Amino acid sequence: MTTSDGFISIRHVNKFFGSFQAIEDVSMNIGQGEFFSLLGASGCGKTTLLRMLAGFESTSSGEIYIDGQPTSDVPPHHRPVNMVFQSYAIFPHLNVRDNIAYGLRKQKLPKAKRDEMVEEMLELIKLPGYGQRKATELSGGQRQRIALARALILRPKVLLLDEPLGALDKQLREQMQLELRALQRQVGITFVFVTHDQEEALTLSDRIAVMSGGKVLQVDTPAGLYETPKTREVASFIGNMNFFQGTVRRNGAAMGAVETEGLGHIPVPLDQLTKPDGAPVQVALRPEKFELSPTRPEGALHAVEGRLSNAAYLGERSHYYVSIAGKDQPIAVSTQNLGRMTGAPDISGDAPMWLSWAPEAIVILDADETG
Amino acid sequence: MSDQGTYIKRPNRPLQIYAMVFLFVLYLPILFIPMFSFNDSIYVRFPLQGFTFQWYGELWNRQPVWNALWNSVKVGAVVAVISTILGVVAARAITRYRMPGKSALVTFIMMPLVIPGIIFGVALLVLMSRMGVPLSLYTVTLGHLIVCLPFAVATLLPRFEGFDPSMEEASADLGENGWWTFWRVTFPMVMPGVVASLLLTFTISFDEFIMAFFLTGTDPTLPMYIWGQLRFPQEFPSVLALSSLILFVSFILVFVAQWIGRLGLDKDT
Ligand SMILES: Nc1ncnc2c1ncn2[C@@H]1O[C@H](COP(=O)(O)OP(=O)(O)O)[C@@H](O)[C@H]1O
Ligand SMILES: [Mg+2]
Repeated sequence: MTTSDGFISIRHVNKFFGSFQAIEDVSMNIGQGEFFSLLGASGCGKTTLLRMLAGFESTSSGEIYIDGQPTSDVPPHHRPVNMVFQSYAIFPHLNVRDNIAYGLRKQKLPKAKRDEMVEEMLELIKLPGYGQRKATELSGGQRQRIALARALILRPKVLLLDEPLGALDKQLREQMQLELRALQRQVGITFVFVTHDQEEALTLSDRIAVMSGGKVLQVDTPAGLYETPKTREVASFIGNMNFFQGTVRRNGAAMGAVETEGLGHIPVPLDQLTKPDGAPVQVALRPEKFELSPTRPEGALHAVEGRLSNAAYLGERSHYYVSIAGKDQPIAVSTQNLGRMTGAPDISGDAPMWLSWAPEAIVILDADETG
Repeated sequence: MSDQGTYIKRPNRPLQIYAMVFLFVLYLPILFIPMFSFNDSIYVRFPLQGFTFQWYGELWNRQPVWNALWNSVKVGAVVAVISTILGVVAARAITRYRMPGKSALVTFIMMPLVIPGIIFGVALLVLMSRMGVPLSLYTVTLGHLIVCLPFAVATLLPRFEGFDPSMEEASADLGENGWWTFWRVTFPMVMPGVVASLLLTFTISFDEFIMAFFLTGTDPTLPMYIWGQLRFPQEFPSVLALSSLILFVSFILVFVAQWIGRLGLDKDT
């Protein structure tokens, strides 16, 4: 076990509930001080993985190392990790101070010292003077902060958070996202954060593991996931994506090239092109990577003419659907409304539109087996 | 219009009348007992003769009553503590662990509620005499445990069922082992149920007659003492006075138990 394997190292972990496999051969490393998110739809196994880190579920096979130590024989109350539960699990029979100080019993601190630590925590979570409040008198956002303080006061090596913002309304959630990120930077503790909200994961995380059906599809930075998704599933889970069928046709140029459905023979970045000539691939382009113009843009390396089939004005941006020859589905295009707009553009005349894009924006994925 | 409440909660006149009649018929015979206990006559018949505390006064000075009372309190206290402890263990096991045949187990625990006491009484009596165990307050206690355990479990189960399991996990997560978690989280949270169970089982044991009838040795419990006094007509008013006191105390205890048992349950989400 060397440090380069990561502060938390998950190795070939499987988890069965009876005959149902909730986690399938998950391996990944999480670095010290990282804000790491597990992102995936409900039921994909995020909570199960988190509970295995906390020690509430055993692994069926594989091993989890925390700070270099294997954990399978370590019960939850001896692990150097703490958890913020989805329900917060604030003890209803204790006041705020006793909730926060709950884990300090074993340290046998003098009362003054303990109260001082609790006050410090209340400062940190911006609830000073709340020590005597009853747990039952708190709002959702306050309970969430108390749950954080109760875990952080023990200075854990890792903090686990299971959809901690899920129960809050939108405005409070956005505020708490910022605070959570700031707090994590301040305390420097490794956070493993579970969410099903892609925007939340992109906003908060240093790195994200995208999960589906008990498997980890890709682990990457937010920008990495968005700009260079490795599979169609990841590409369509995070943001929107246009997919085109294509065939690799290099022609000796500095860039690779792909014969693409509807777009013709287009240049693509070399680093994206690992397949041999003739191999089927998928070409993926995000809606906002396209530029729209009523005439053929001058100087564009490549442009395609299509017809506007639908448009929607969304305030900050507009969404367009452009049909092109040789492709059944219209292409989704999203543009920022920089100048003053007067509603959605007129599409009644079946207006011709030119699409152009930068070749570097293209992502090449393996061909879709399912068709 | 709008303050009529929901469809279900709307006041229902016929149902209210039914409830009144039901309660009246149920409690009318019982009301005669305190009424005649204050009657200045040794005969239980109308018209009432006048108001007196004489029968209560007589009770006060009677040593056997105090002995029987003390026996009942001892048995009741022991039964309450043991059946509540067993009830806590059972309710915890039933709600915490996934196990096959769970509902069958619950049915078995609740069974004594519907098995006639006389059958249990006779069965235990036979068992005791076979094993050569002399009848005493201990055998009465054993009989009462069987009667009280279902009530303890029934009182405690809702408490444990309404208990978010992540509370105990949070305690473990914050570094406490099973023992400390129980005393710092589980027990305080089910405390109202425990108190309710103690009060209820004490009352049931205190009032119980059939088991005591089969299993009492030479030391009578209070109901057994009353039974013994029924042979003497001149003692009847004192018996009524004693019964009134038992009724009163039982009513208070059960009422308090119900009230405590529900503390916090309604508010919780
Ligand atoms: N204790 C359990 N017993 C059986 N199945 C479980 C258990 N816990 C979770 N599962 C199943 O495992 C899958 C993943 O659950 P979970 O990790 O809670 O998903 P997520 O948190 O991503 O929504 C779900 O299909 C769920 O039904
Ligand atoms: Mg979950």
